Amino acid sequence: MKRSWTGRPVPPNGLVAGSLLAAAFVAYGIWGFRATAVLGFAVRSSTPLALAAMCGILCERTGVINIGIEGQMLLGAFAGFFGAAAFGVVAGVAAAVVLGALVGAFLALCAVTWRVDQIIAGAVINIAAAGFTSFLYRPGRVIGSLPTWRIPLLGDLPLLGPVLFRAQPLTYLTFVVVIGLQVALFRTPWGRRTTAVGEHPGAADTVGIDVARYRYGNVVAGGALAGLAGALLSVEITGSFDRGMTAGRGFLALAIVIMGRWRPALAWAAALFFGVLSGLVNQLNFDRVFDVPPQFVAMLPYATTIVVLAIFSTRVRPPAAAGRPYP
Amino acid sequence: MSGRREGDAGAPLLEARGLTKRFGSVVANEDVSLQLRRGEVLGLLGENGAGKSTLVKMLFGLHRPDSGEIRVGGEVVRLRSPRDAIGMGIGMVHQHFQLVPVMTVAENVVLGAEPTRHRFVDRRRAAAEVQELSERFGLAVDPDAVVEDLPIGAQQRVEIIKALYRGAEILILDEPSAVLTPEETDELLRVVAELAAGGVGIVFITHKLREVMDAADRVVVLRDGRVVGEVAPGDTDEAGLAALMVGRSVVLRIDKQPARPGGTVLEIRGLEVDDDRGRRAVQGFDLEVRAGEIVGVAGVQGNGQRELAEAICGMRPRSGGCVLLREHDVTRLGARAIHDLGVAHIPEDRNKHGLVGSYSVADDLVLNRFDEPGFARWGRRERAAVRRWAEQLIIEFDVRTPGVEAPADSLSGGNQQKLIVARELSRESVLVVAAQPTRGVDVGSIEFIHRQLVAARDRGAAVLVISAELEELLAVSDRIAVMRSGCVAAMFDAGSVTSEAIGLVMGGAAGH
Repeated sequence: MKRSWTGRPVPPNGLVAGSLLAAAFVAYGIWGFRATAVLGFAVRSSTPLALAAMCGILCERTGVINIGIEGQMLLGAFAGFFGAAAFGVVAGVAAAVVLGALVGAFLALCAVTWRVDQIIAGAVINIAAAGFTSFLYRPGRVIGSLPTWRIPLLGDLPLLGPVLFRAQPLTYLTFVVVIGLQVALFRTPWGRRTTAVGEHPGAADTVGIDVARYRYGNVVAGGALAGLAGALLSVEITGSFDRGMTAGRGFLALAIVIMGRWRPALAWAAALFFGVLSGLVNQLNFDRVFDVPPQFVAMLPYATTIVVLAIFSTRVRPPAAAGRPYP
Repeated sequence: MSGRREGDAGAPLLEARGLTKRFGSVVANEDVSLQLRRGEVLGLLGENGAGKSTLVKMLFGLHRPDSGEIRVGGEVVRLRSPRDAIGMGIGMVHQHFQLVPVMTVAENVVLGAEPTRHRFVDRRRAAAEVQELSERFGLAVDPDAVVEDLPIGAQQRVEIIKALYRGAEILILDEPSAVLTPEETDELLRVVAELAAGGVGIVFITHKLREVMDAADRVVVLRDGRVVGEVAPGDTDEAGLAALMVGRSVVLRIDKQPARPGGTVLEIRGLEVDDDRGRRAVQGFDLEVRAGEIVGVAGVQGNGQRELAEAICGMRPRSGGCVLLREHDVTRLGARAIHDLGVAHIPEDRNKHGLVGSYSVADDLVLNRFDEPGFARWGRRERAAVRRWAEQLIIEFDVRTPGVEAPADSLSGGNQQKLIVARELSRESVLVVAAQPTRGVDVGSIEFIHRQLVAARDRGAAVLVISAELEELLAVSDRIAVMRSGCVAAMFDAGSVTSEAIGLVMGGAAGH
């Protein structure tokens, strides 16, 4: 365990990545294509979670608790789908991002300027999003899901190729966002200031950092990411929209933020964990090892969340100023 | 970093002219003027509520003056925010440190003004700069240490380095010694002298007389928001400064009758208590306190004093030994039961254990008896009676508050302490346990609290005073126990002992 620049003891990212990779290859060696299938499913199903968790990390690290991620995702999914159906995929994704950012701005307005209780503000967003999307929903439209881009050379790697490098565009974008955020948070002035604002806004203020500006900026950016996560769900993965289609993924993302200790890379690993879990049960079902109803599989991540949070949440420490208005 | 603004050479580094600041109808500062020269330590002395904080907040851009002007290097400046002040070479070390606990020393120092390479924070250069400043001014810190792991004294050094890194030539230290142990304070005074020798101008705010006498070249005394005097420490003594500060002569050593001890009230035998981390903090502790006497407990902080006080009052489990109160075994009783037996407790941490900040002054004043007949009937509170009682107490104990319905946390620290003293000593008690009873309290109130403790003694209570201030113990105690490594290392008669003798035992010399 290192205790470095970045603070609390945390397993180094290289070690985490290395052991995950090693485990994946061991699995591949034993189960072959089944391992590929499970991991492929894991990556696909974890990207919306990972992206939504990035929203949570951005917001909480800057001191604003965002439980409205679910709502932002749902609005993103809605705007993404109907935007794509009407004006094309790019416009749809852009609409999702913009709508997510706007909702983020609303949350920032509540939390920073109006000093509303942040949990209530987030709950309002969730309720409004569910109502809004259900009300405006019109069945019958379809779009195709996004194409798969195969990266030359990398796409031909055993295991890693099909799992990581034959993916859809927004999945690649998620990789970039996660890695970029990881580097930016710990290595750039912006990242360090963001952390300071979320841990001790008074300290940031007295060295001339504009606390409100940082909170607005990050909460809006986080909203954009949550919107994108919604579009990923509707435009990229399913190519359709349903009422309440986010199905609690926004809340799952919050659990992932905690498991990932507010660190992008670790949160991604946590999201993958949920993905592997569902993928595994799916595969075992498919192979008739056992026969459980699909609803049971769908329930797994949520049930696991309770267990995992019960173990984790007492040992980790959120940003000290999360949830508290300043000044 | 030097020569940022020379101005004309004869002009003072920092000058305030006729600063006035009002909050509503309260005048916090009125027509305050002062000058700070290069390489000078200016002591800013005043009681709690005298307007020291308001003044320095104006100098650091946190408040804007209603009238008057601030000059830096002879030029009038407008300070709209701390950023402006930092830009003018003004640095401030706040009473509550403004450090991010989870970040390293180097990160904290450069925060907001990070050295960068290709848009990334240049960690190596940050650490090197911290190292350089730390060596130049004798401020020992490890740039890579995480701030929350550091002792308070080291955190304060980080704050000073942070200011210097930003090019501060004017350093404002707001009550820097309030949180320090005596050893750390000595270290701080040494650093201050070194900084001044290096050309930094320092405003040193305190209400401790010894420190300004030791450290300051000049002392400006504030009272009721006004400058009431400016003296050189050589031209006066502590009593003179105290009189100036309080506006009347202050008795630093109160006179009291010799104790007439009665029967034993508190008897502690072989007490064992664990601290928060489960380590044995008090071990094999024996002590007797009789009715009508004050026993002081001296010791370097962290030798089990806090755990001792909490264990006696039932706030912390006792792992071994026994505590007898008037021959009843109370070792296993909880705080409420012990309280009901007539034990008054003035806790060390007033905000955590002493009062409920969001309650009104009146409610806090009856916190120890809100359910007694007279204050409650048939399970309903008698608000009028509480109010009358509170109004009487705030007069008797000189608690300065806008009214008994004001929330307790709107009071200054000294008045909060007086509130607790009023509550605890206004109830009939057989034993008074007072932990750091005057911490953060100004001279005038210290004298008052000491008198109240002696009065409790003269009413026949046994009084146990635990304090980090030797002066305080010598002033009020009849006997002084020195606590070291969780047990009593020596017992002295307060009338005939010197602080040097106690200090020796505290530091580790053999007791009896």
